[in-house]
Amino acid sequence: MTAKIAYDDVEVGTELPAQTFPVTRESLVRYAGASGDFNPIHWNEKFAKEVGLPDVIAHGMFTMAEAIRVVTDWTGDPGAIVEYGVRFTKPVVVPNDDSGAEIEVGAKVAAKLDDNTVRVDLTARSAGQKVLGMSRAIVRLA
Amino acid sequence: MALDQSFVGRTYPPTAPYEVGREKIREFAEAVGESNPVYTDPEAAKEFGHPDVIAPPTFVFSITFRDAGQVVRDPQLGLDYSRVVHGDQKFAYSRPVRAGDRLTVTSTIEAVKSMAGNDILDIRGEVHDEAGEHVVTAWTKLVARAAEEA
Repeated sequence: MTAKIAYDDVEVGTELPAQTFPVTRESLVRYAGASGDFNPIHWNEKFAKEVGLPDVIAHGMFTMAEAIRVVTDWTGDPGAIVEYGVRFTKPVVVPNDDSGAEIEVGAKVAAKLDDNTVRVDLTARSAGQKVLGMSRAIVRLA
Repeated sequence: MALDQSFVGRTYPPTAPYEVGREKIREFAEAVGESNPVYTDPEAAKEFGHPDVIAPPTFVFSITFRDAGQVVRDPQLGLDYSRVVHGDQKFAYSRPVRAGDRLTVTSTIEAVKSMAGNDILDIRGEVHDEAGEHVVTAWTKLVARAAEEA
């Protein structure tokens, strides 16, 4: 496990390059197939509205998978992730059009820990709302 | 109706092994837009010290969630699955999941709570490889929203 980033090169407050990830209905269908989560709230507008949602919503696990890309792209090695946790605070609503929705993810080093690990705090927003809370990863650096 | 507190601490039998395939990892990586060759090219994975391609960090949820399903649908527990939403998710890895792994999941109910009519269930899934070594622990918080008053 070799991260590209050295522990000694980061400080508390170091920002990771932010990224914006598109989410379309096609993304959700692909994710449903790949993950095996076929809950119709993620692909069936009629069903989603019947259970009180504004429209089809992204899988929380899809949003969680996108957000960590900011960290894995930074370290180079996804195997450097030691812990990763999130709280799903708001759904990402995905309209049935060409553009879909966007998930904007930012991250910064919040603490330097033992054994060359750091805690990275993530933020994830969609349509102006925070969609993940308490989103944190522990990462082992070089 | 509040859930039965006696379920706290209950551990379910381990699952049959799930064999992690290279092409399943590729499919998952593509589905989440990951282009890092460490997910698809064994040589690239080896450069980072991995014996084979590794899976994206959240991949293992597809396995642990399936097992959590048997807990959630346990008729004795009585959770209304149609009202369940995913509250929190956390993973702690001893090492990344990789192609060729044969993984078993052992699920334990860590907590059962009722708050404002919502039922909250914390499930811990311990994932081990064929040699019995720990790979990852997944904590899943599920919330069954209160039914509206009739």
